[in-house]
Order: sequence, then C-alpha cells, then structure tokens
Amino acid sequence: MNDLRIRLSQNIGPMLALALFLVIYVTYSVMHPRGFSVDLYVQNSNEVTSLVLLAMAQTLPVLLGGIDLSVGSLMTLVNALASELVDGSPAEIILGMVACALVGAAGGLLNGLIVVYGRLQPIVVTLATGAIFSGIALFIRPTPGGRVDGDLNWVATNAIAELPATYGWWDSGEEPVWFGLVSGIPMPVVIVLAVVVLVWLPFRNSETGRAVYAVGSNEAGAYMSGVEVDRAKLAAYTLGGFFAGLSGLYFAIQTGSGNADPIQAGTYTLNSIAAVVIGGTSMMGGSGGVIGSIFGVMVLRSITFLFRVVDADSAVGFLANPLLQPMFEGLILLFAVSLGAARVMRMKNQLQIFR
Amino acid sequence: MDMSRIGNGRPTIDKPLLFAGGFILVILLVGTVYTLATQGTATLLSPTYLVLQLKVAAFLGLVASGMMLVVLLGHIDLSVPWTMAASAMLATAVGGAAAIPVGLAVGLLIGIVNGIGVAYLRVPSMIFTLGVNVVLRGLMVMLTGGFSPSSQPTDLMLLLAKGEVLGIPGPVIIWALLGVSVAFLLNRTRLGRYIYATGNREAAVYLSGIDTRLVLVATFALCSLFASISGMLLAGYSSKAFQAMGDPYLLPAIAAVVIGGTSILGGSGRYLGTVVGTLLIVLLQSVLSVMQMPEAGRQIIYGVVIIAMLLAYGRGARLRL
Amino acid sequence: MADPNAGALLALTGISKAYGGVQALADVDFASRAGSIHAVLGENGAGKSTLIKIISGVVVPDTGLIHFDGAPAKFQTPQDANAVGIVSVFQELSIIPDLSVADNISITRPPRRFGLIDHRAQRRRAEELLAEVGCEDINPLTLVRDLPLSRRQMVEIAKALGRSPKLLILDEATSALTSADVERVYGILKRLRQAGLSLLYISHRMHEIEALADTVSVFRNGRHVETFPAGTRTGEEVVQMMIGRDVSNVFPAKPVRTVAPEPVLEVDRLSWTDRLSDISFTAARGEIVGLGGLDGQGQRELLLALFGVMRGVEGTIRVEGKPARLAGPSAATARRIALIPEDRKTEGLMLPMSIADNISLTALGRMSRGLVIDRAEERRRIGEMVDALKIKVGSVDDPVATLSGGNQQKVVIAKWLLTEARILLLNDPTRGIDVGTKEEIYRLLRRLADAGTTILLYSTDYEELIGLCDRVLILYGGRIVRVLEGEEITETNIVASAFNLPVGEAAAGAEAARP
Repeated sequence: MNDLRIRLSQNIGPMLALALFLVIYVTYSVMHPRGFSVDLYVQNSNEVTSLVLLAMAQTLPVLLGGIDLSVGSLMTLVNALASELVDGSPAEIILGMVACALVGAAGGLLNGLIVVYGRLQPIVVTLATGAIFSGIALFIRPTPGGRVDGDLNWVATNAIAELPATYGWWDSGEEPVWFGLVSGIPMPVVIVLAVVVLVWLPFRNSETGRAVYAVGSNEAGAYMSGVEVDRAKLAAYTLGGFFAGLSGLYFAIQTGSGNADPIQAGTYTLNSIAAVVIGGTSMMGGSGGVIGSIFGVMVLRSITFLFRVVDADSAVGFLANPLLQPMFEGLILLFAVSLGAARVMRMKNQLQIFR
Repeated sequence: MDMSRIGNGRPTIDKPLLFAGGFILVILLVGTVYTLATQGTATLLSPTYLVLQLKVAAFLGLVASGMMLVVLLGHIDLSVPWTMAASAMLATAVGGAAAIPVGLAVGLLIGIVNGIGVAYLRVPSMIFTLGVNVVLRGLMVMLTGGFSPSSQPTDLMLLLAKGEVLGIPGPVIIWALLGVSVAFLLNRTRLGRYIYATGNREAAVYLSGIDTRLVLVATFALCSLFASISGMLLAGYSSKAFQAMGDPYLLPAIAAVVIGGTSILGGSGRYLGTVVGTLLIVLLQSVLSVMQMPEAGRQIIYGVVIIAMLLAYGRGARLRL
Repeated sequence: MADPNAGALLALTGISKAYGGVQALADVDFASRAGSIHAVLGENGAGKSTLIKIISGVVVPDTGLIHFDGAPAKFQTPQDANAVGIVSVFQELSIIPDLSVADNISITRPPRRFGLIDHRAQRRRAEELLAEVGCEDINPLTLVRDLPLSRRQMVEIAKALGRSPKLLILDEATSALTSADVERVYGILKRLRQAGLSLLYISHRMHEIEALADTVSVFRNGRHVETFPAGTRTGEEVVQMMIGRDVSNVFPAKPVRTVAPEPVLEVDRLSWTDRLSDISFTAARGEIVGLGGLDGQGQRELLLALFGVMRGVEGTIRVEGKPARLAGPSAATARRIALIPEDRKTEGLMLPMSIADNISLTALGRMSRGLVIDRAEERRRIGEMVDALKIKVGSVDDPVATLSGGNQQKVVIAKWLLTEARILLLNDPTRGIDVGTKEEIYRLLRRLADAGTTILLYSTDYEELIGLCDRVLILYGGRIVRVLEGEEITETNIVASAFNLPVGEAAAGAEAARP
C-alpha cells in the first residue's frame, strides 16, 4: 500500500493529464452525435497519432534537460522520404518503412553527435539542424505529392478489423473468436501501443535508459557514479529521432502523400513541446516520460475536438471557431506550467528559487 | 575555459566578430564572383544593393536587439512573432495618431506578462513565451475574424517605413538609433550591468541586494517593445498588417544573436556581434537567392553555417570536476 | 625505511596535477594498506580533494604512477577505478535526485533479467544494503529528492558498499549525518577494516579522526607533509603540520569596553519554520558577535533571515532602533545590512565577469547619475577597494574566476564595503582560504568593528570564534542555548554548549574533541 502511494505520488503529472483528457473527451463524446462509437475513435485517433509520436520524440531530449527544435523538420523530412519509398511490392514497402525509421534515427543521432562532441547547446544545434532537415525535405519533395501504398493507408487509419480483411488473412472467411473482441480497436492505437511496449518500455528499463534520467537529473553526479554520460545522450537523441521518423512515416501513410512544409514542421515542433510539458515531464530534465507526453497530446487535441461540437449559435458559439483552437491550447499550456508556481510561492527560503 | 564567455564579453580578440565579419566578406566575394561570371556586373557591391540589404536587415536587426537582451539573461522569447503581428494589427486597427502608441503599449504589455511569468511564476521562459505566442495568435484571429478591422498602416507608419533621409531608409535610421541605445544600455547603465550579472548568476545578484525579478520583467518588456516597433515598421513597409507577418523572424533572430557571439546560456555577448550576426543572415539569404539557389539549398546552407560558426567559437566547457 | 610501498594496496608515486596555473598536487607519494582506516588531513586547498579525485578516476594526473593491488593502474574515468574495486563516497555529489533509492544504489551494473533491469532483484539488493547501514526505514522506491540530507548521505554509503570495494574513500562523508547515523557509520567502517578493506577517510573533525583512524597523512599546499600512526602526534603538532607554522597570534587584540555601546541590531523572538525558534539577542555598535554550535543548527538560516531571504519569519528585527521589515535582500541592503554568503562561487560572485564588475555591482547606485554609471567614479572606487583590501590582481578587468579563493572572498567583502554597510553578516567567510588571507580578513573585521560596524559571524572553526568574537551565541536545534562572553569563550565551553550539555559535565567530552 505504501509502495503504491509512493508510485502514485511520483506519477502525479501524467495522471493529472490523463484525468483532464478523460473529462474533456467524455464531455465531447456526450455532445457528439456519433459519440462512443468505433467510427469516432478511429477518426480521433488518426488525428492524434503523428503528434503523439512526435511528442514521444521530443520527450527524450527534454528528459536530458535539453530540447529539440528540429523534431518537426525531421518528421517532415521522413514524411517527404516516405512519399517516395513506401509504395510498390510488399518487400519494397517494408524496406521503405524501415529506411524511413532509420533516417529518423540518423537525424537524431546527428543532433546527438553535435551536442555531445561539439559541446553546443541543444537549442541552437537543433535550430540549425532543423533548417537542414527542412532543406533536405524540400529537396526530396519540392512540391506536395508522391504516393504511399493505398492498402497500407487503409489499414493504418482504420479499426483493426480491416487488417485481416485487407490482406485476406482468414481465408476461410471466418475470423477467430478472440479477434472479434479486439477488432474494434483503432489501428493507430495499436501502433502507438506497440511502439510503447516494444521500444519505449524496454529502453526505459535498460541501463542506458535509466542513464538518460540520471544525466538529466544530475549530470556531474551521474558521471562520478560511473554512468556512461555520452552514450546516454547519444541514445536519447537517436531514439528521439527514431520516434520523429515514425511520426513522419505515419503522417505520410495517413495522408497518402508527402509535403515538405516548413511552417507545418514548426507548428508540430511547438505542439510537441507543449504536449511534453502538459504530460508532466520536467523541462529541467530527469523526470517524466513518453507516456505522460502521449496523454499531453490527447489533452491538447481533445480540446480541439470539444470545440468542434460546440453549437455555433449558442452563447459560447464563438468557441466553435476552429481558428481559436490554438489559443485554448496555449491557455492550457500556460495553466499547466503555472501550476508549478504554487511550489515556488511555498518556498520559505527564497534562495532555493534559483536552484 | 571558453574564452568568449569571460570578462563580460570583452575579450582581447573577439572571435565571433572576426569570424562572422570575415564570413560576410566571403559571402559578398562569392556572390560577386557569381554575378561577374553570369552577368558581368558586380551588383552586390553597388550602394543601391547594400542599402537595400540594410533596409531588409533593419526589421530583423530590431527583433534581434530585443532578443539579445533576453538571451543575455539566459532566457529566450518565443512570443516575438505574434508580438510583432499583434502590435501591428492593433495599431492599424486603431489607426490615426493613437496607432503607434497603441502598438507600443501592446508590446509593453506582452513583455510585462512574459516577465511576470518568468520572474515571479518561475516558468521556463521557453515554455511561457511559447504559450503566450499561441494565445496571442488566438486572440488576433478572434479579433480579425469577428470585426475585420483595418489593416492599413497610418501615414506616419508608412513614412517611417518607406521614407528616406539623405538616401538612408527610415527603418535603417531607426535601427541605428535604437541600436546605439541598446549598446549604451548594456555598457553604460545599471540595468545593462544587472542584465549581464543576472545572466551569469542570478542567485549572486539577488544576494547582492538587487531585485532580479524586476530586471527580468524590464528586459522582457524591452524585448517585446523592440518586436512591436519592428512589427509596426514591417506593416508600413508591406503596406498592411497581416497574421503571419512575424513568423519568419523568430528563428533568424535567435540565430543572429548566437552567431554574434552571445552565449545562449546568458551572461556574455556584445551588441556589435548581434548587428554583425543580423547582417550575415540577411546577406546570406539574399546572396543565395541572387545565385538562384533553390529554397532547399538555402535552408541547408543556412543550417550548416550556424553550426559551423558555433563550432568555431561557441563551444561550451568540457564537464570539469 | 626500506620500501614504504611494501604491502600497500594503493601506492601513488610522483603524482602532480595543475589546474590552469594552480598546482593542486605537486610530486605526491602516498600509500595505503589493506585493513586500515587512513585519515587524510589538510586545510581546504591542501590538495586532498584532488588526491581522491585522482584515485577515483574523476581527474587524470599530469604526471606520476598509480599502483593498485601490486599492478600498475591508469584510471581515465570513474568506471576504470570502480572496475578494480575503488569506490568513493562523495559528499552528496554523486546522488541522482530524480531516481529512486534502489535505482541510485544500483546505478551501474544493476541486476538484470532478459537484458533489462530486474527491478525486483534491484529492490531486494537495496533493502539488504540499507539494512547493512542500519537504514531499514528507507523505502527503496522513494525518490532520493524526497529524502532529508542525512538519509541521502546514508544512501550514498549503501551505494558504495554495494560496489564491493577493496578501497573505500569517504570524503567528508559524515558532515551531513545525524549523530546516531555517525555512530552507525563508525561501526560499519570498523567492521570493514576488520574485513580487510582499505579506507581513506577525509574529514575536518579532529575527534572523528581520533576515534577512527589508525594512520594519518597530512597535506599542505598540494604536498604530502607526513604520514604517521594515529596517536603519535599531539593535536598542536598536527595543526602546525597542516598550516605550516605556529597558530598563535593570528587574531588581533579585542578591545576592552567599560561602557556598553548602543545596540544596532535587536532581534526579538525570531522564528522560522521548524529551523529557528524564539531567537532573541542584540548586537551592539562595534561588536563582533559569533554564532557557534554544531554545523546545521540554524546558524545559516538565521543569517539569511536577517538578510530578508527567508519568507514567513516571525518575531521582530530592529535596526538602529527602528523596526525593520526585510522583504528581501534589496530591503536589507537599503537598511545597510550586508551578507557574505556561504558559497562565494555560486552566491557571492559572477565568476566569468570581471573583478571590477563584481566589486561595483551592489553599489552601482552610489556611482551613477540617474541610470547611467559614472565610469570614472566607478574606477576610482574600485581602485580604492583593491588597494584597501590588498586584493592581488593583475588587472581589475580579469575574470574574478582567475583569482585565488582568498582573493575571491576579498572581492565579495569589497563589494559590500562599497555600500558602507552598518551590519555585516558573515557565513563561514574563511572556508577554503589560505592562512595568510585569513589573518588579513580577521584584522579587517576587527578594523571595521572598531570603526563602528556591527558584525555577526558564523564560523565552523572554533578558533575563529574564540580569537575574534566579543560574544558567542551557541545555537542548538534552532535555539540559542547559551551566550558566552569574554573569558568564557573557550573551546571547552563552546563544545560543551554545542552538544547542549551543562558546561561542567561535558568537560571530558570536550577534551576528547580536542586534538
């Protein structure tokens, strides 16, 4: 019981984000004519997945106490690349997807190498590499277009039921009983869960993953304790790049095309930072995690969803204006970070404010 | 120890100025070789071209001036784009004699809000100003969507942005005047000294009996004021205020400041560096477009130049125990 | 002696290390053997910390050889030293606040299952090690950040034991501990010695060394002065070895007062959280009042409270007869109160900035016209201060980081002298400063007092309290438990009061604490 209390108190940030999301999303579902339907879940989860993966990407540098202003550009780069590679025979498609993920990881590794061995601040490094990634994206795809395999698009953006249907897995025509239980789960949810379970959780529980937290919390102390500091930093940036690559890949699959739009890249980067903060990861590094960031994205996006179903003729009709969404996202962000101010106000020794 | 961070940004040989200044010459040289080869003229060295570049640089230079002050504190202001847009849009919406004062007041107000968030609530500036930027965008969209106010600059704004004195464009004169003021502020006034000191070690300044929170608020207010001045000038220059007008200025402004040798961690840097950094970025963009470099190549070169410059002189100290 | 290194577990020969121009260690030979507790003594800056950093692989020496367990060793990183069995307990330095106790204890080489960290095994391991140091009450899942300082230090010790050391280095490992924990640690260390470990023990507390060590090495100015079996030298001799000359007469004479001077600082029933309660005292014009007692009994908090740093302070403070509401350091500065903070590097100075900028910062208002600094006036005042305090500078435009510790501290003092402060609060101002500069600072403080400044001095060095102060307030648990005045200010009385014992009874204990 005591253990449980300790664990809960250590995860208060993500849990607050989850609770906030549930409140907003349930309200939305109640107001929505197709609320609580598989259709709506599929539609909503499609809308969040790219940003979810990107917020996961942003989380890693932030855990180190840094920041990555290039995640959006890297996502755009991989998006452009995917629109060239992810098409054709099944083997070509698979190879193309692998290439996309690897390019993402390579971009992250480049950031890491410059930060670690160039001894430059992450914010300026990623500002510059962001420009480079955007440039390469424009080089690959000067105008929006390209093609991504249609079946893949269909499978990745629908409920899990479409997976066997599209590729004809159950030849006999009857699906196994267990499949009926899960067939309503949207595919994007499956994808994100798979990434979390197969990539994030093993990393989090590896020595290197823990080293990332240690470096973010107290770099000198980690070094003195014999932690491989440089390796942890390189691993964090590389894994972040990998997630950014997946984000670009999903975006390409979802839209069926590529678009090297630097403005969109900037918006995605900023939203990813907001999501990480709302998800309870400390900007000082050392505490938090990608699961909180996933909830952070869900909070941000569910606000957008909610205002979509506001009756335009009602007293709060102005909320329905889609152009206003960013403002509410911004207010939520300001509110979330200002909660920390309560802690500052409680400090009896004002010197601690500067630590 | 990184020498560029020592001595209040007054090292004996100023590497940032040397490198960035040298690189400007390289840009002009390469561009001139190109124009000589293709058109047989040295367009880039003509006074008309250079004055035009100065004029273009003035808008960025003003934003970078304010940004530099905040960066010297070890902070950053990501709300600059919509501070520019909001000031310009509200100024043109009000119109008449009140236009410019309203625009300035908007900038001041935004800066004070940023400063309070950072200094009193102790929210990391990157996050707080990011949030303020997004909220400002929402507010402006609501305003223009609901009331579609005038976006025509007033005569005075047009005059300041498009007028000339002895062939020198208005924005350049304003940049020069305000630039000298910033240099004076940093070198000769108490606030300037407090800015450097706070950027180095806020706790020590606080324990020296100086209210660092007021220093932070004042500096953020100045940064936003500069952004609003630039925004209004830009509205005059473009003959209208529009929503995304500030977006292209944020990242180049930060780049200009760090290329100019100001440490992103705060505490050291010279104003002249920021001027040179601004000129470098504007000339780089311009010469690359003269050379008909596609956007893709321009972005890549831009990024590589920033990293190369910083690797040459902006490296941090090795972890020393 | 035949071969001093015979039978040694660790042997250093000809080790030197310089930081920039400063020679931290010069041609040092040093050895320690298994089954021994070896105390390393020296003033701050004597080279002790550089020595242990070299042994533990944190820094690489410029020259010299290291032999460990009979074989030559070259440590490039802490991992290298760890690998052969050298483990260090640094003072709070290597703890990771955002990780759990269990994570911290197994930060490297955790128990694994399928290549990943086995949390269950890691937790059991943490519980075992915590039990070994007598801290069963710590839940291994707790974040270290949420533990009090003394518990963190015990976690550090548990972590070190978990690395199965052959050579264990303890750097000021007990300074943050409660007395119960100190006893426990002593027990553990003696057991480890029995088990054949070599222990290097760095401490400033003479009585600890008396109680623990079997061998003592003294360092001074980066050189190894002498190694001798514990108990073969008197305390006086050891101190002389540490500072290199006679200790007497470093303090200026105290004035003899016939009439009591008027009070300048009056503190009445001051309380703050649970760290300060009911503190009442007055300090008069020209008086040097010492704050004594064990470290961490509220002395630092009291100084910070008097400087307006603490929020929620109860009670009243009167300055020159008028009540003072000190909302912050700026308010305190306005009442001409000054604070020389505990850590000059992070709280007193902006290290990369110039000496001049550091000196003039606080008093800029006094040398400005409006908002504009009068640079000629500024230069003049800075020059006066550099001369008056004999600050050894090449140029006042050099970064203050280039100065020695003593000169850096003089810069901090100069900064406040420019404000013509009436009340000077000093928080252990001579820590890590060479003896020559210490004497200068003592004379300066007495001079300032004679000129009418009221001085409140906290020092961890009893000698300073005895030699310098007109009165000493002994704090214990956030209260003033005793006021010593004039002839009463003796080491015996200070130590006795520090443990909150009646003076007579504690005489024996105090003698033990005397070297």
